[in-house]
Amino acid sequence: MGVIQFSKVDKVFGPRATGFRALEDINLEIRDKEFMAIVGPSGCGKTTCLRMVAGFEAATDGVVSVDGTPIKRPGPDRAVVFQQFALFPWKSVYDNIDLGLRNQNVGRADREARISAILNLMNLTQYAKHFPHQLSGGMQQRVAIARAYVLDPDVLLMDEPFGALDAQTRVVMQEELVRLARKNPRTVLFITHAVEEAVYLADRVAIMTRAPGRIKEVLDVASIRNAENWDSYEKIEDVMDLESFVHLRTHIWRSLREEKAAQHV
Amino acid sequence: MMQKQISLRQSLLLGSLGLAGFIGLWHVLAVSGLISPVFLPSPLDVYDRFTTLLDRRFAGATLPGHLAASFQRFAYGFLLAALIGIPLGLLMGWYQILDEIVSPLFDALRFVAPIAWVPFAALWFGTGIGGPIMIIFAGAFPPCVINAYRGAKFVDPRLIEAANMLGTPSHRVIREILLPSSVPSIISGLRVSAGLGWQSLVGAELIVASAGVGYMMVQGQANVSTTTVMAGMVAIGLVGLALDSALRLAERIIQRRRGLDH
Repeated sequence: MGVIQFSKVDKVFGPRATGFRALEDINLEIRDKEFMAIVGPSGCGKTTCLRMVAGFEAATDGVVSVDGTPIKRPGPDRAVVFQQFALFPWKSVYDNIDLGLRNQNVGRADREARISAILNLMNLTQYAKHFPHQLSGGMQQRVAIARAYVLDPDVLLMDEPFGALDAQTRVVMQEELVRLARKNPRTVLFITHAVEEAVYLADRVAIMTRAPGRIKEVLDVASIRNAENWDSYEKIEDVMDLESFVHLRTHIWRSLREEKAAQHV
Repeated sequence: MMQKQISLRQSLLLGSLGLAGFIGLWHVLAVSGLISPVFLPSPLDVYDRFTTLLDRRFAGATLPGHLAASFQRFAYGFLLAALIGIPLGLLMGWYQILDEIVSPLFDALRFVAPIAWVPFAALWFGTGIGGPIMIIFAGAFPPCVINAYRGAKFVDPRLIEAANMLGTPSHRVIREILLPSSVPSIISGLRVSAGLGWQSLVGAELIVASAGVGYMMVQGQANVSTTTVMAGMVAIGLVGLALDSALRLAERIIQRRRGLDH
């Protein structure tokens, strides 16, 4: 299982009365095996939402829970993929992926089997002995995704995972993530400021307001995707040309632009 | 204004120039007759004495013999400081409670010069090897602790978050995240530590030892052999330089192996 629940969550950085109000009254449920993307203007607190699920930040008020249990600390049941990869530079690709399994006291043979399976799935087999600095950004992020996926987590938290990649690599990674998510569905919380990415990847897209961030709107993409058969297209650009896609994208754009405009008045 | 890049050859040339100038001035001063040779022996006399001491015994051993005795003490004190100091620094960087307990005590004690421990070293260890080791330890210990601590404190917080989300237990975070991430800081700490330890050694031997460069210098002083004292100073300087160069080389090799030098 992996149901994420935000109920009446406020987050203030600094003193409760005078600090920076990052989030206000966040109420959101992410269903088991659902892919939820959160989009919002920069500084709206979307990453803070993810960091609370990860256990890196505590809510000032309200509760963030997974399967009904309030989150107290980070743990391998909620694996995180960071924007800047956060691979251990002195560990090989193999050892980076191995650490989480060793922490769970998985036996050596079992570890080897699971790592070679995930390396294979992520097209990383020939890079097992490489160190992160020897790999391109896209390859490094594959390793980070493998490191998270190998733990078989209930929840996968992705914090603008493709934000540091160039446009071409980004598209390839998005297609791969879809492939991975279809094959091996998890509850995914995906933070991004790229609207197309959110619509292409997610089952639902939550739009946030400017700070203090609130959930402005939650759009159901999955029903449109299924109705319009997006999955029958192999390439991302074919999906992006569909009228149903464009319509959703434009809707989100407008919604975000309102927030931006309000921000700069 | 842009600083002009100085090549290795130019750098060596300028360094030699400084050294030659210093020795030249010293020589002129010594042979001018203004200062008695007992107060200031000429560089040539010191050089003669140095080469003589290489194979003639003075105060029970040749200069290399004294150096070997000194180096052994230094190695013990330095290794002890590294073996205790580095883990302590890393632990203080990870466990805030330990940091709070140890830091005030440590910060006060590190201002006590190593040579101030000489009376206690003599009292506790007599003339045995323990005394000098303790004094070298007192000199070499603080940089080991401080640099390991700094290394642990300045680990990229995202790596700590990554380790935490992978469920990594503390002992493993310290060994596999904090330690490797702190290597550059620890190595530069070891360089400072070796320098301070080597300096303290001579102070320690001036009083408590019965062999070693410091001891040789004390005996030189007693015999009014200023050239012996200066030959000792030269030997200490040369060994110190060699030690620092060796650690600097180790630093470069480690950086290169980690692939972090580009």
